[in-house]
Amino acid sequence: MMTDVRDAHGRPLVAVTGIGLVTSLGRGKADNWARLTAGQSGIHRITRFPVEGLRTSIAGTVDDLFSQPFAAPELSEKLAMLAADEAVGQAGLGSRGNFPGQLFMAVPPVELEWPQKQVLAGDGAEAVSYDTLLAAAAAHTHRAYHEMFLFGTVADRIADHFGTRGSPISLSTACSSGATAIQMGVEAIRRGETDAALCIGTDGSVHAEALIRFSLLSALSTHNDPPEEASKPFSKNRDGFVMGEGGAALVLESYASARARGAEILGFVLGCGEKGDGFHRTRSSPDGRPAIVAMQDALTDAGLEPYHIDYVNAHGTSTPENDKMEAMSCTAVFGPRMTSLPISSNKSMVGHTLTAAGAVEAVFSLLTIARGRIPPTINYREPDPNIPLDVVPNLARDARVRRVISNSFGFGGQNTCLVFGDGPA
Amino acid sequence: MTEAVVITGIGLLSSLGEGIAPHVEAARGARKAVIDFESFAPYPVHPLGTVELDRQIPKKSDQRQMEPWQRIGVYAAGLALDSAGIKGDAEAKDRLHVIVAAGGGERDHAVDGQILTGLKTAANPGVFLNERLLGDLRPTLFLAQLSNLLAGNISIVHGVTGPSRTFMGEEQAGVDAVRVAHARIAAGQAEMLLVGGSYNAERRDMLLLFELGGALLKGAPIPTFSRTPGQDGMVTGSVGAFLVLESAKSAMARGAKVLARLDAVSADRVRRDDGAITRSLVKQFLGHHVEPAGLLVSAAPGLAGAAAEESAALAAVAAGRTPVAVGDLVGHAIEAAFPVAVALAAALLSEGEAASALVTGVGHHRGEGVASLSAA
Repeated sequence: MMTDVRDAHGRPLVAVTGIGLVTSLGRGKADNWARLTAGQSGIHRITRFPVEGLRTSIAGTVDDLFSQPFAAPELSEKLAMLAADEAVGQAGLGSRGNFPGQLFMAVPPVELEWPQKQVLAGDGAEAVSYDTLLAAAAAHTHRAYHEMFLFGTVADRIADHFGTRGSPISLSTACSSGATAIQMGVEAIRRGETDAALCIGTDGSVHAEALIRFSLLSALSTHNDPPEEASKPFSKNRDGFVMGEGGAALVLESYASARARGAEILGFVLGCGEKGDGFHRTRSSPDGRPAIVAMQDALTDAGLEPYHIDYVNAHGTSTPENDKMEAMSCTAVFGPRMTSLPISSNKSMVGHTLTAAGAVEAVFSLLTIARGRIPPTINYREPDPNIPLDVVPNLARDARVRRVISNSFGFGGQNTCLVFGDGPA
Repeated sequence: MTEAVVITGIGLLSSLGEGIAPHVEAARGARKAVIDFESFAPYPVHPLGTVELDRQIPKKSDQRQMEPWQRIGVYAAGLALDSAGIKGDAEAKDRLHVIVAAGGGERDHAVDGQILTGLKTAANPGVFLNERLLGDLRPTLFLAQLSNLLAGNISIVHGVTGPSRTFMGEEQAGVDAVRVAHARIAAGQAEMLLVGGSYNAERRDMLLLFELGGALLKGAPIPTFSRTPGQDGMVTGSVGAFLVLESAKSAMARGAKVLARLDAVSADRVRRDDGAITRSLVKQFLGHHVEPAGLLVSAAPGLAGAAAEESAALAAVAAGRTPVAVGDLVGHAIEAAFPVAVALAAALLSEGEAASALVTGVGHHRGEGVASLSAA
């Protein structure tokens, strides 16, 4: 039963009433949007750690937030805090430190990093083993490390700061985590468990070992010079993704309660689709079926047909395999219309913000709808003949965009797609 | 719309062995816990015994692509699918949703030690670190470390290709996994769900993290609910625990045997002021149907203060009774602690041990959860 506050499936409609964003392009959505639609890149040479000997020496790091060395969970927390502050402030829901809804957070996996282990290893000349570290830990003089490197801590601190309700969820679905956080918020509101949800994706984990791990998988672009031209989704000469950092937050609310309090509605999360892929740990099924099913399920969940979609916010990592698979899957879902349906990748400018990407791109999708302007895929100079799509090359384009599908795909066979709209389906 | 949620599959793997039987025996006091005092001294752990991995993970190439915590989980997930009778049902597995509570980050201890030793004298530590990591990290180790790759491996090995989510956050990840799984089925958002987690206790990197916080017990353990401040701490155990949950309707339609009913699951996270855990649990109990004569099963980590608060809460609903402390049987299994406690409660109910069970889970640092079950 569809009413004006319920969808075609009779579930509460989910509105977005606040968004916030930090990426390598800047702080806040205004700054980010201006630079994104100007086709600017946030990718630069890494200065956080020495890059000598590394095949990749560039990333979209978010710098200047700390005056001292910091660990990945500290930056991830800071990015989440900044993004959530902007989103919660815009939503104007609850009062300071008293957010009347649940928290769903996509957070990167954390572990003790080299600087902490070096402290525990001490100054002596003897060979170091984990028993050395354990003996140092047993003195209990570094208790702060314990809390810092618990997986639940970033969400815990956000929950404390914003006063969210219940047990905060820290989740990972690899590179689709940010989208999953939003999906879980939608589900909780649809279940009637909560009227509001704070959904966050954050990732501040560009450090030497993280970069090297991706590098060893041959996943990263090695086009280090110039850095801003390295991420080139859908181009023939694409050669891998560029790591990025960022934080994005969305305040989701049941449309009924948002409307009742007179909140400004920024858009709607109309549908979510999700499908596992058992083909391989890092590669997608060659037939693209899981990605296709995820997109189709998102459309069905939204009560929409493919022709209702005006723009595809691509996962578009700039890896040879993802972009090919995504283009093929989109063509399967949208048919011949796909050659003229605009699809662009924000990652050409902010890099792949990994855990945060799904949330970062959700914010950009909502801004695309609100501002009627499609951000470009930059660095598109050598079209890939196998991807004959309208990738909105190099320049932003004004267009009326009412509905967007945003794709997120991750290692481990994760495929999550979200449909956003300017109004109920 | 509220669907009744039932448990139709239990997969258990621990130091006690695999399957329901050894765990039920241990809970009844007929089987002793297995503790290794030597390998990680002074920290005792409940080690995984010899497991014939081929029985659940037939391909050696799959086994090699995983670290132990993932193998334990994939194995236990396989047992749960077998128990639910859907291992060979490709159609059911294509629809099966998955929620995994996971940690991650298994380190190469030897490499870390060598690098830390070298860093002490390296002329340029940053460059040295880059060189060594590039040369010494196994490319596939990263995938073996990623939290969501337990779910990914369940998908690859068992052909479970419904959507999966991975929750992180120590014990509370396990509580929330079971809670959200229950909520989604109850609300009709999923029909059937595989939920659980795994933990490999035989890792110095994890002992290190918990020892930093002073959360580990050293020496010979006494029972969880008898530990006193200064003589307390976690004794971790290698455990895999998965459940197949489904709507009663779905179970009936496919003629599945219902092992137990999962009536309600709740979770909370409070600032740990004095008495906060007790207040949280007592408040959560209000949302559960608690029978004074029911079974009590606790996933307590082994910290005296938290255990005392948990006891005080339980005294309010079931005075004078001490819960079965799952940590005393299989060790504390962090993310898998709550799933294994719920699995054990369900197993005991399926064996006619009681008519109902109340499961409590209090994290060593954060999070409190409760589940209530009844016999089928």
